[in-house]
Amino acid sequence: MLGLTKKDATLLLVVAVLALCAPFILNPFPEGSAMAQFNAGYPDLMQRFVIFGIFAIGFNILFGLTGYLSFGHAAFLGVGSYSAVWMFKLLSMNVIPAIMLSVIVSGLFALLIGFVSLRRSGIYFSILTLAFAQMSFNLAYSVLTPITNGETGLQLTLQDPRVLGQSVSETGGIPVTSLFGIELRSTYQMDLGAWLFQFNVGYYLCAVMLLLAFYLAIRIFRSPFGMMLRAIKSNQHRVNYTGLNPRPYTLAAFVISGMYAGLAGGLMASMDPLAGAERMQWTASGEVVLMTILGGAGTLIGPVLGAGFIKYFENIFSKINDNVLHGWFSLLPDGLENLIVGVLHPFIGKGWHLTLGILFMLVVIFLPGGLVEGGQRIARLFRRGKADQTDTTTKPAE
Amino acid sequence: MSKTNLTRRGVLKTGAVAGAGLALPTYLSAASHSGFTNAPTGSTVTLGFNVPQTGPYADEGADELRAFELAVEHLNGGGDGGMLNTFSSKALQGNGIMGKEVKYVTGDTQTKSDAARASAKSMIEKDGAIMISGGSSSGVAVAVQGLCQEAGIIFMAGLTHSNDTTGKDKKANGFRHFFNAYMSGAALAPVLQKLYGSERRAYHLTADYTWGWTQQESIAAATEAMGWQTVNNVLTPLAQTDFSSYIAPVLNSGADVLVLNHYGGNMVNSLTAAVQFGLRDKQVNGKNFEIVVPLYSELMAKGAGANIKGILGSTNWSWTLQDEGTKAFVKSFGTKYGFPPSNAAQTCYAQTILYADAVARAGSFNPCAVVEALEDFEFDGLGNGKTFYRGADHQCFKDVLVMRGKENPANEYDLLEIVEVTPRGQVEYAPDHPMFAGGALGACNPGA
Repeated sequence: MLGLTKKDATLLLVVAVLALCAPFILNPFPEGSAMAQFNAGYPDLMQRFVIFGIFAIGFNILFGLTGYLSFGHAAFLGVGSYSAVWMFKLLSMNVIPAIMLSVIVSGLFALLIGFVSLRRSGIYFSILTLAFAQMSFNLAYSVLTPITNGETGLQLTLQDPRVLGQSVSETGGIPVTSLFGIELRSTYQMDLGAWLFQFNVGYYLCAVMLLLAFYLAIRIFRSPFGMMLRAIKSNQHRVNYTGLNPRPYTLAAFVISGMYAGLAGGLMASMDPLAGAERMQWTASGEVVLMTILGGAGTLIGPVLGAGFIKYFENIFSKINDNVLHGWFSLLPDGLENLIVGVLHPFIGKGWHLTLGILFMLVVIFLPGGLVEGGQRIARLFRRGKADQTDTTTKPAE
Repeated sequence: MSKTNLTRRGVLKTGAVAGAGLALPTYLSAASHSGFTNAPTGSTVTLGFNVPQTGPYADEGADELRAFELAVEHLNGGGDGGMLNTFSSKALQGNGIMGKEVKYVTGDTQTKSDAARASAKSMIEKDGAIMISGGSSSGVAVAVQGLCQEAGIIFMAGLTHSNDTTGKDKKANGFRHFFNAYMSGAALAPVLQKLYGSERRAYHLTADYTWGWTQQESIAAATEAMGWQTVNNVLTPLAQTDFSSYIAPVLNSGADVLVLNHYGGNMVNSLTAAVQFGLRDKQVNGKNFEIVVPLYSELMAKGAGANIKGILGSTNWSWTLQDEGTKAFVKSFGTKYGFPPSNAAQTCYAQTILYADAVARAGSFNPCAVVEALEDFEFDGLGNGKTFYRGADHQCFKDVLVMRGKENPANEYDLLEIVEVTPRGQVEYAPDHPMFAGGALGACNPGA
């Protein structure tokens, strides 16, 4: 199907089902129950899962295939966001031109940075990209304020010219982003007994983009070009000795992954028309590295899982406060309740970084291949169980 | 005899059809709801408190959160009632807001616009918050204010001092109780003139971002109007921690006043460097060298330690004020947490009470009704004396305090003393003042 092997087609299908049914899957607990705190099926977070998934898929094309660790990928995300918001300010509130521009601009920006940075490899490459990203951040924060609006971030105003479209909506507000007239923020809410499921137009736009991005990534992974990138990763010297110049390949991978980041940035701005300089900060670049490693670098689905994992912690765990904990354990005797809350206190609310850090360490130590390796181990466990029953022939020991 | 064929698939199918049938009417009724976002339907109403819990302003955020918790307690009739007893409007009964119990959710802004908006969005979309408050930086305040305007939620800004929040980035759904950079300048200038004379040469070090610029612009304008000269303005990167290379040139510039347009950790570091270089012991142009910090906060004063002794700055409020509102608030905050509240805490407490009161007076949670109730509202008894919420730009006008670092602090909270309470009339400005021009409130947005 679509030029994919059966295995890849199944993977794509699984991702498609997960993405399209996310409003159900992420909202397993009824409204109003104590566990509703853990529901993640509201539009903003689902959009973030998918957008950062795209960002991580793109990053993985560079890091997972060529082994070049870029520490400045957030710069492309930021450039994409700024381009998109400018498009909303100047042209129209339709997201298509904005997303197109953000992909193009970040592609060009990646070409520029990649051309310089790829003269070195290994740690020097990482430092160069980090330097460029941090430079972009500082420029956006202060010097380029006329373009980026500095600390405050670039936002839409009532005075935007907006050539195709109106500056002020009928109700006197700022018009909202749309896809050919369909407002991205409109949400169909389905009350199903105690459950509430939200189907958001913007989320489904992001989900479709994710599927396209994922499909493209599979094709790149399985193509001769992808094979070349893997060769560069495993031994660049050999590639050189065989008379091949690896530079064009790495540069192409760098630009492609920059364009993925730009697409993520453009989508982010389409969901919420604001572009801030913090999007380019080194912590944001570090985050995508974490996502990729946590999920499993070099695997197709890993980065998406990693992105979801980190965003879930950032948005769900940071909102649990002592009050919520007291609510959960209110049935226990007072002393025990206070003890449990006291023990859990450092790990919730402002301590979400700590929880995430511990989980990250556990994953890296026990599952070096990331969450994907965890999944594979579980799958293998089941498969072996089955095989033992049906297959009695001797096998070589592992 | 009927034969029942209960298969798993059959049960699931029937269940799904029945579920969809149940869902349809509820969805239709949801569509015809009261006409604004997150209208509270049950016996409770949810407020969202979005404060920095991690990052450079985590201390301010923690103090804001304490104030919010106290405010909710008082609104629900718990505790000693705090400033509800001294507040000039008596619409609040201590039975929640309009009889609905106040619940709250918290989130972490991380002092980043993106994270703050994500957190605010989750409060709106997931928790059904009807009002968002908090924050400890102008960048975040402006970003969240924009979001609330789009979503049709009221935003009661926390600590934000930049002119832009109620200037070029003002929004109909956003309100600021805190003072701003212009007011700091207007309040400080007369005191500076009185203490240091009108022939001074000022050297500015300014944090290189929006707040720093508006602060510098305001102070320079106010001091130049009374005869001071601005020798130089040097922009320092936000991430700068070592300011020695910026302090050394000050000595040779012929300036006799150093103005530090810094906040938080920046201010602690630059002030410490300036004092360590011995600037305060110098004599320039036959006058004592002086240092001015336009925006003070208790937490920064704590960080800078002994270096703040004798240094002038401005604050929105101080727990050492002696009006009834302040005394009541300091008492209930102190009883609950064991130490006096900061500036940021008072602003957040007041904002929550003001919102609740506006709803009660308007008789509706509809943002447009709340906006109408808050606009041009004059009140007293929330600290700072008589206060006016101006309708033209949603900025509060009240007395501003000029503070000085105490020479002999009695304890670790008693670091600043009040030099002068600048009356409201002196810090007022026209809504179309050039430093605030370029924005528009727009129409209030009640959302879906």
